[in-house]
Amino acid sequence: MDWGNIFGNAIGEIISPTTAAYALAAIGLGVHFGYTGLLNFGQAAFLLIGAYAFAIPTLAGAPIIVAVLSAIICSVIFAFILGIPTLRLRADYLAIVTIASAEVVRYVVTTTGLTDFTGAANGLSGFKGTFAAINPIPEGRYGFGPFMYNEYDWWVRIVGWTLVVLASVLVFLLMRSPWGRVVKGIREDEDAVRSLGKNVYSYKMQSLVIGGVMGSVAGIIFILPRAVQPANYTTGLTFFIWTIMLLGGAATIFGPIVGAMIFWVVLSLTQGILYGAIESGALGFMTTTQAGQVRFILVGVALMLLVIFRPQGIFGNKKELSFSV
Amino acid sequence: MSNLDKNPVQSPAAAVTHPLVKGTVEPGCAKVDPIVIADHVTRQFGGLKAVDVDHLEIPRGQITALIGPNGAGKTTMFNLLTGFDKPNTGTWEFDGKSLAGVPAFKVARSGMVRTFQLTKSLGRLSVLQNMLLGATGQRGEGLFSSLVKPLWRRQEEENTVRADELLARFKLDAKREDYAASLSGGQRKLLEMARALMSKPELIMLDEPMAGVNPALTQSLLGHIKNLKADGTSVLFVEHDMHMVMHISDWVIVMAEGRVVAEGPPETVMKDPAVIDAYLGAHHDTDLGDLMDDGPNPVEVALEAERKAHDAHSEEK
Ligand SMILES: Nc1ncnc2c1ncn2[C@@H]1O[C@H](COP(=O)(O)OP(=O)(O)O)[C@@H](O)[C@H]1O
Ligand SMILES: [Mg+2]
Repeated sequence: MDWGNIFGNAIGEIISPTTAAYALAAIGLGVHFGYTGLLNFGQAAFLLIGAYAFAIPTLAGAPIIVAVLSAIICSVIFAFILGIPTLRLRADYLAIVTIASAEVVRYVVTTTGLTDFTGAANGLSGFKGTFAAINPIPEGRYGFGPFMYNEYDWWVRIVGWTLVVLASVLVFLLMRSPWGRVVKGIREDEDAVRSLGKNVYSYKMQSLVIGGVMGSVAGIIFILPRAVQPANYTTGLTFFIWTIMLLGGAATIFGPIVGAMIFWVVLSLTQGILYGAIESGALGFMTTTQAGQVRFILVGVALMLLVIFRPQGIFGNKKELSFSV
Repeated sequence: MSNLDKNPVQSPAAAVTHPLVKGTVEPGCAKVDPIVIADHVTRQFGGLKAVDVDHLEIPRGQITALIGPNGAGKTTMFNLLTGFDKPNTGTWEFDGKSLAGVPAFKVARSGMVRTFQLTKSLGRLSVLQNMLLGATGQRGEGLFSSLVKPLWRRQEEENTVRADELLARFKLDAKREDYAASLSGGQRKLLEMARALMSKPELIMLDEPMAGVNPALTQSLLGHIKNLKADGTSVLFVEHDMHMVMHISDWVIVMAEGRVVAEGPPETVMKDPAVIDAYLGAHHDTDLGDLMDDGPNPVEVALEAERKAHDAHSEEK
């Protein structure tokens, strides 16, 4: 087994654009669930909307700023569509509507009737030009050790992690403010907050929009190193984002970031080790496809252990959580 | 004639008056200076008419008790007036403004703030944060202004000063930084009341403020409520504790089966046969003459029994 390579790949995941995308999506979900108590089980839909609403205008020749605005505006509209009918109702209604609408949008972009726009099951590619064109880094390979990338790969990483940092700062500023106090109150008891003169519905909508836009921007980062593939946006993606958020701590600033890093490093390590073991014949009974699935079984087991032994996540406040009913 | 003297409210011929009341004292009577006026308010739960109030006025600047047996519709009436529930029919105004159909948060902003029978302190916020949440008109609660601390720092400091004053008044200052979840049931009641006062309401509506409160604290709670009145706040409260009702209320409204069955000043309303009916059931065989004896008032006995049952029930929770 090539341990150097296995660890190198795993370490590389720490700053990979995919990790950044998942971290950003988890920060958004943290705004929804961690701080406001909104049960969003359709965060994958916001990533999908960000991806398609960025790629489609880009492929039609729009400048990057227009494509980014399109992604943001579409996710705001989607948040309103989810929120207007459900946010006045009990929390579970949002859960059902988000999980269902995430599947709906995935089927919509996959339908062959829309092939000209969405590429149907094949998805979209060839939309990286406008992003690469504004890359200030000269051509070449840079870095050291496991972190050797070309100018495009560095550009994606820099932009992706800058957005993660900006989103974290935004969440920090929001949550230390009286605005954050209101949403944290809503998380616990809407009626109490309502009785104090706060427009609970409006705050929940604001929270849904903010977290949704973060998911949508995460969707852009996610596709910049790859193609748009509708199969990436299943409920599985939503649950990985949930895992990351819970792993780090739902209502924390650093939780989603560290959670995403651990999630991808562990996935990469287990993949490397399992594949290495299969190649060397130590795990002869298993194919590499099966090994890929075993990794996610391990994720499930890890999530169970986490919820049992450290329900507040890595950064979460045990006391704050232990009082929750 | 001697019977009339003994029990004036019994006979319609005796027109009883009171300085708070315009005209005769009777269920649904008009007040000289009402803060809330409700008309034809009904709320039906399936076949049950939980509230069926033809006319009700709450006097301004006074402490009004709303009493009645369990299930009389007191909490439902609170919910309707404050926008937490929608009536089947009815209109009501607060301070001259119609509030029917107005959402709960706007009702609160207009100066009519309520607390809940089952306390709703926010356990995962600190006691101080609970208090600060009660302040109204906060610039830092706007999405964009919240990001710029200099825009709201001053106001937050002022609110903190006020919160600390109230916490000290309610003897919760030692708990300032603790999670509200760590408070006892009685302390949570106090916190909820103190939090409601953060907004300087014109009318505060307390749903069973004494339930579960440590007896050592009840005396000071009575003092707080009297102070509210002294500060010009109107108070409407639901209570089973007759000592509290008798000692601090200026006016008592009695509900039974959704209706206002009696009202009057505390000294006389307990002797109203309609109240005895409400608590002991209609067609009781109590001799009304007994009420004037020195023996225990049957209403108070019934209320006391109910309060005990109620407290035992609250403690189980
Ligand atoms: N949400 C509800 N659904 C059905 N029945 C209710 C509801 N709320 C209250 N009730 C009924 O309405 C009546 C009045 O209840 P409530 O207002 O809580 O009485 P009180 O506060 O005077 O004890 C009771 O019979 C109660 O069971
Ligand atoms: Mg009640």
